[in-house]
Amino acid sequence: MSITLDKVSRDVAGASWIRDVSLTLERGTLSVLLGPTLSGKTSIMRLLAGLDKPTSGRVLVDGKDVTGFDVRKRSVAMVYQQFINYPTLSVYENIASPLRVQGVARGEIESRVLDAARLLKLEPYLDRTPLQLSGGQQQRTAIARALVKRADLVLLDEPLANLDYKLREELRTELPRIFEESGAIFVYATTEPSEALLLGGRTICMSEGRALQVGETPLVYRRPETIEVAEVFSDPPLNTVGIEKKNGSIFYSGGERASVTGLYEGLSDGAYRVGFRAHQLEVANASSGRHAFVTKVSVTEITGSESFVHLTREGYNWVAVLPGIHEFLPGQELDAVLDPNDLFIFDQSGRLVAAPAAR
Amino acid sequence: MDKTINNKAWFLVLPVFLIVAFSAVLPLMTVVNYSVQDTFGNNHFFWNGVGWFKELLDPSTDLGDRFLNSLGRNLLFSAIILAIEVPLGILVALSMPREGWRVAACLVILALPLLIPWNVVGTIWQIFGRPDIGLLGYTLNKLGFDYNYVSNSFDAWCTIIVMDVWHWTSLVALLCYAGLKSIPDAYYQAAQIDGASRWAVFTAIQLPKMKRVLLIAVLLRFMDSFMIYTEPFVVTGGGPGNSTTFVSIELVKIALGQFDLGKAAALSLVYNLIILIVCWVFYTVMTNADRERPQTTGGA
Amino acid sequence: MARIDLVDLAHSYGGGTYALKPMTMTWRQGGAYALLGPSGCGKTTLLNIISGIVTPSQGKVLFDGNDITHASTRERNIAQVFQFPVIYDTMTVGENLAFPLKNRGLPREQIKARVGEIAKLLDLTPYLDRKAVRLSADAKQKISLGRGLVRPDVAAVLFDEPLTVIDPHLKWELRSKLKALHQALDLTMIYVTHDQTEALTFADTVVVMHDGAVVQSGTPEDLFARPAHTFVGYFIGSPGMNIVPAEVKGREAVVSGHVIGLNRSYDNLPAGGKIEIGARPEFVHVADPAPGLLSARIERIDDLGRARFARVRIGDVKFAATVPNGFAVPEKTVGLVFDPAHIHVYSDSLLVEGRA
Repeated sequence: MSITLDKVSRDVAGASWIRDVSLTLERGTLSVLLGPTLSGKTSIMRLLAGLDKPTSGRVLVDGKDVTGFDVRKRSVAMVYQQFINYPTLSVYENIASPLRVQGVARGEIESRVLDAARLLKLEPYLDRTPLQLSGGQQQRTAIARALVKRADLVLLDEPLANLDYKLREELRTELPRIFEESGAIFVYATTEPSEALLLGGRTICMSEGRALQVGETPLVYRRPETIEVAEVFSDPPLNTVGIEKKNGSIFYSGGERASVTGLYEGLSDGAYRVGFRAHQLEVANASSGRHAFVTKVSVTEITGSESFVHLTREGYNWVAVLPGIHEFLPGQELDAVLDPNDLFIFDQSGRLVAAPAAR
Repeated sequence: MDKTINNKAWFLVLPVFLIVAFSAVLPLMTVVNYSVQDTFGNNHFFWNGVGWFKELLDPSTDLGDRFLNSLGRNLLFSAIILAIEVPLGILVALSMPREGWRVAACLVILALPLLIPWNVVGTIWQIFGRPDIGLLGYTLNKLGFDYNYVSNSFDAWCTIIVMDVWHWTSLVALLCYAGLKSIPDAYYQAAQIDGASRWAVFTAIQLPKMKRVLLIAVLLRFMDSFMIYTEPFVVTGGGPGNSTTFVSIELVKIALGQFDLGKAAALSLVYNLIILIVCWVFYTVMTNADRERPQTTGGA
Repeated sequence: MARIDLVDLAHSYGGGTYALKPMTMTWRQGGAYALLGPSGCGKTTLLNIISGIVTPSQGKVLFDGNDITHASTRERNIAQVFQFPVIYDTMTVGENLAFPLKNRGLPREQIKARVGEIAKLLDLTPYLDRKAVRLSADAKQKISLGRGLVRPDVAAVLFDEPLTVIDPHLKWELRSKLKALHQALDLTMIYVTHDQTEALTFADTVVVMHDGAVVQSGTPEDLFARPAHTFVGYFIGSPGMNIVPAEVKGREAVVSGHVIGLNRSYDNLPAGGKIEIGARPEFVHVADPAPGLLSARIERIDDLGRARFARVRIGDVKFAATVPNGFAVPEKTVGLVFDPAHIHVYSDSLLVEGRA
């Protein structure tokens, strides 16, 4: 089954929540809706599910126009950020509930519930009620309930956002396997680029109600079509700096002058915006072939495996990432270098002009 | 929020439509018709146009005089009971225990007056206040007060007011209690840490958080007291004289006592209109209060 | 400003199970501490005991040597920032900040000066006359914090997962602000969280808790490089440390029949204990399968943009390893290369010190 949104828009109380979005999702695929809060991810999901009607545009399932159809007529399952389970039913009953509504036979219910419980590692907890479970287990119950329905479309709206850090990591590594085994169309909304990268599939980059770019996740990550997409698909935030190419040199706004090498070679003269992610900025001394900057440390964030150093330079705020634990003093001066072969160049209108070659 | 269309819903609503049409819409139309006629219900109609409405608002006519006076009594009554019941209800809510078995016991005791049918409430107080066999009346007179709600209008007012307070304060208390319970403990802990006095805790935390609930309580109490009929009628019948004749009682006198249906219809329409306007004002205030939500920008 | 001592402190909510197992610790004055652990580990209970909301069922809490175990919250003179912003709706930002000082009866001029100082520290100066309820969540949390800091003699500032309701892209701003504040004000700050990034960024000493007990307490480097408990290895680091069962004798560990060299000697491991080795994914990388290398089955490759991790399986055990830049990962099996300097040996989940 495939589902298509055709030039869909949705206005609520005069404000435009979704603007002119067109998408097609095929069977057996996972699509990640990536964007900041209020970018329209939940609205798109509600339109896909049939909970809301678009103000203009059509929703098609297998080519048929289902725009007016109620959600009960569509084959949809949804998992929310807040773990939503029936509080008085046991885990077994919770997972079985959609099957009971559908009138499935008893034996079949049992086998499907046990299958789903095994997949989500809930077998020891089948007799408990949701309140007796931890947050992670409650969310697994909600996911099992969504999967057992064997719906054609499964929507997950930031399902891991309310979980502890480590639980989020754990569930995140299990989800791709669970999705593959199921075969439905999966749509997963998240604000975190790392989740999109870990889940794979296709990514739909959203911002302010618009779908900025749609494509295979690694492709959207490595070749963002506009600077907006690069900003949405970067965590920590994308570092940017303005440059001007003239008279055979590159002038970075803020003062540095560098030779035209690497990706700068193919550019025509003019002003551009350069974007680079935290790992493309190296904390090191100037060396040949690299463009060097003098920066000041404002704060260091330590995650254990990595340290994120927040730097300031001429009014720009940059972030660099270093492996391991490093403690720099605020105000300390650090040299940072850029590899001219490893950055994104955008023209004045924000469109991508050059990107690093694929590895 | 435009949901997807489901036409079946209209069929389910149709029976309700028909019933409401018969029991409400048609009678309402009849009343509107009567209000522009002069009739005594014997099928003789004389067109009067806006005559009755003009009379209602003119204090020099008999109708206008009675209407405006009873309206004034209603407003006075509502003002007094609001002034008593709201603070009293808040006080009761504040004094109620937060947890344990005592909560259930308190809730049951508070609910009891609300469960009694209104005319029974009236009858209870009517007997209660009698100077010969009523406990209250007898005791007061024994203590030296010259209490008789039948002959003294001040006594009659006091009796009705006390009766209403007894009957309805629980509602305000229960609503406020619900509002109080929804305040997270962290607020009280923060106030403790900040060294706030009991009064400061009340004005800075409890009262603001109860704002929405209080608005509902005031709306409900105002409307109910403005439309009051049964209780004062059972106790005083509108007397002594017409000192406790509220608009509703006046209306019944005109309609069923004098059979002056045209006047009564006009009066009931105006009465209805006043209540609708008050409700609308409250509703607007409440939704505006809801709109006072934080802006997403504007932080540091 | 206070030094906090916990003496044989424990708490049970009744029924015999300890929410907090007996512990004795000292927290020095002016230190930045983080209580890190998953939900239900007891960190919030511990925080509530220090702030006075909960009275412990056993043991004592001392502030600068004074026993305040049974003192009320107000008497302890602490400040607490909760998971959601707690502000007084009817007051402006300035009035909110002034509230604790007003309750103490300080003169108007003094209050105004102090409020101005704290507002400047928290970047709230332009909003002093605005109604507090209209600001965004992160500004409201700053106000909550400001109310605690405005008292010049506050003993300690306690944070209970304060960034929970903050927008993700604003979290790092608030984190760095808290760290800067700590350095500027020399206050004892205790921060409860389940997020390792928050804990490791903010604190100079991180106290890792699991199941009601303190599992390890140390600097971020200590916890990362030498986890004293397998739980610490698992919880800190993203992805966490790999823990695999092994047989360890002398300078060798045998995993699934394959020998891995260690750089310390382990001779006296207790018999009958559960022996495991721990190695962080950062110090294990994948290579083409070779007879000298431990082989593992590939399950998937996680491409995080800046690094790639291979999720593999050794027998029944799941393992994560780094994929070197530019390495083309083979289809089914890979060889694992270990760095002996970063392998730890655990017996019954506790770190064993080997001899050099």
